[in-house]
Amino acid sequence: MDDNALEVEDLVMHFGPVRAVDGVTLRIRQGTVVALVGESGSGKSTVGRCIVRLLEPTGGTVRLAGADITHLNRRRLRPHRRDVSIVFQDPAGSLDPRLSVGDIVGEPLRLMRRKDISTKVSESLRRVGLRPEVAQRAPHELSGGQRQRVSIARALISEPRLLVADEPTSALDVSVQAAVLNLLADLQRDLGFACLFITHDLSAVEYLADEVAVMYLGQLVEQGPRARIFGKPAHPYTQALLSAAPVPDPAEQRARRPVLLGDDLPSAIDPPPGCRFHTRCPVAVDTCRTVVPESRTIGEGGHQVACHLVKDDGTGPDVRPTEGAAR
Amino acid sequence: MKPVLAVKDLSVTFRTEDGPLSAVDRVSFEVGDGEVLAVVGESGCGKSVTAMSIAGLLPRTATVNGSVELDGTELIGADKRTLRSIRGREVAYIFQEPMTSLNPVFTVGHQIIEVLRTHIGLNRQAAHARAIELLKLVGIPSAERRVGDYPHQLSGGMRQRVMIAMAVACDPKVLIADEPTTALDVTIQAGILDVLRGLRERLGTSIVLITHDLGVVADLADRVAVMYAGRVVETAEVHDLFAHPEHPYTVGLLGASPAAGRHAESQRLNEIPGLVPVLTEQPDACTFADRCSRAVDTCTSSQPQLTDGPHRVACWNPVRERVEV
Repeated sequence: MDDNALEVEDLVMHFGPVRAVDGVTLRIRQGTVVALVGESGSGKSTVGRCIVRLLEPTGGTVRLAGADITHLNRRRLRPHRRDVSIVFQDPAGSLDPRLSVGDIVGEPLRLMRRKDISTKVSESLRRVGLRPEVAQRAPHELSGGQRQRVSIARALISEPRLLVADEPTSALDVSVQAAVLNLLADLQRDLGFACLFITHDLSAVEYLADEVAVMYLGQLVEQGPRARIFGKPAHPYTQALLSAAPVPDPAEQRARRPVLLGDDLPSAIDPPPGCRFHTRCPVAVDTCRTVVPESRTIGEGGHQVACHLVKDDGTGPDVRPTEGAAR
Repeated sequence: MKPVLAVKDLSVTFRTEDGPLSAVDRVSFEVGDGEVLAVVGESGCGKSVTAMSIAGLLPRTATVNGSVELDGTELIGADKRTLRSIRGREVAYIFQEPMTSLNPVFTVGHQIIEVLRTHIGLNRQAAHARAIELLKLVGIPSAERRVGDYPHQLSGGMRQRVMIAMAVACDPKVLIADEPTTALDVTIQAGILDVLRGLRERLGTSIVLITHDLGVVADLADRVAVMYAGRVVETAEVHDLFAHPEHPYTVGLLGASPAAGRHAESQRLNEIPGLVPVLTEQPDACTFADRCSRAVDTCTSSQPQLTDGPHRVACWNPVRERVEV
């Protein structure tokens, strides 16, 4: 049996002139959580949509549990549908307002022509912390947090091997976010599905992920185990991203100094040559402006980085100012 | 020291199709000279309504009571002329989405110059020079060239910088920043927070920072007011609030965000059960009581008032033992 729930190889997704995703290679082992992080326009959501085949990739391959689904048509895709589900950011926009909660949650099973759907719906609702009676209600009668639980119940009812969660907590208030993160952590541990957790929220990444992949302008710049990425980030962009996210602790936050990158994000229509990050990178040299850096393994547990300046032993520049410098 | 801005017993009620809606209930706070006060809370807690009521930006469906004093001038119930001369000049606003506050058909320079000519009466040439100076102040590179750009030519972060430049054009006493970085990515946010910090340091501007982001609060605020369901439930100096939160809601909020370096295996996030109430009128009770694990009988029969002193809390059973959050 294949060890990987998902293998994405050299994935490319262009929308006309927009090179949203440009050569992403990523694996998710069975039962692990990989966080895909990046800022707006990095292409992280597009990767998610290619994996669940809401989009047909322009190039590369997507293999789900060993099966190549990159270019399958609707009919041939159907048997693979139960293997992967997606949860979106905005539960209000992704739940059909004309259907009852029960119909929404049971729909994947109905499409698979399964029997005994209502029992499964009750079970799935209970698993996400909702009372089975909620099945009779309409989505608009529920709170934002409850609606997100409904989308999770729907996504997990077919017992997928892989859950793609695209910013599942970003539209929610902090206290509701906490409940949804706890729920995802519990479900993942109990049901053992693999998860691609797409987010820009770095504290949530540290909380949920086993591995982290960092995207910038359509490409992965660094990936590896959570502790490595947070403890010893090698790519200047990863370092800048981690230093810029404020932590909710005044003493600690005031001792930190963010790397300021400048506000001008290059366009995905005409990405910079060489390393795409060179226009904002504080340590870029001539090579970075002309030669595209290849992704290389630099350490234990498959820590990979695409940067000319990082040496094979993982040492390299640290763009972060020394901590504790007076503000 | 006399506060620059003093809000006292401010209440706001909206008339809606479903009857009255109480959004803000007897909120009081003060902002000192050059101080950054963060008003924190979740959606619907009344933080934005509080901010907008300060310079009379609320729609007509709102009934505002109480007092807002800016440097000794009462703003609630003030006539239109007084408000117009104060808005932009003494109190300036920046909002979450800069694109909706900038006029797309004029260059950013034109819009800043207009502010300078209307409010301070600078001539065209002086206003142009000052506009460039302001763009430099907020960290816009090649300001001489950028002054001729239209809003759509700028990135989201640059637009927010332009908004800040316009807001501080008349050197206001108080800047009200309503979720100024919420729509921005973290690497861009870091730059904007840096600009706000610079304003306070260089111009001595007092800032009321409305936000839901505790990281932003930790970064910039001197003092914090925590709002819940229209009321201020706790207010304290920033380090004190994060280290020794006393209101159970504040404790819950701080425990709800994942701490650095903690994985789900070793930390369970704090959940606050239940929902924020929608109030037609403010009850004589604690509005957090039915979600609170520390609630006692008094909580549902009598409204707790804010205590006196530097660390004020409105709670019948505050957390005084040291808690790990």
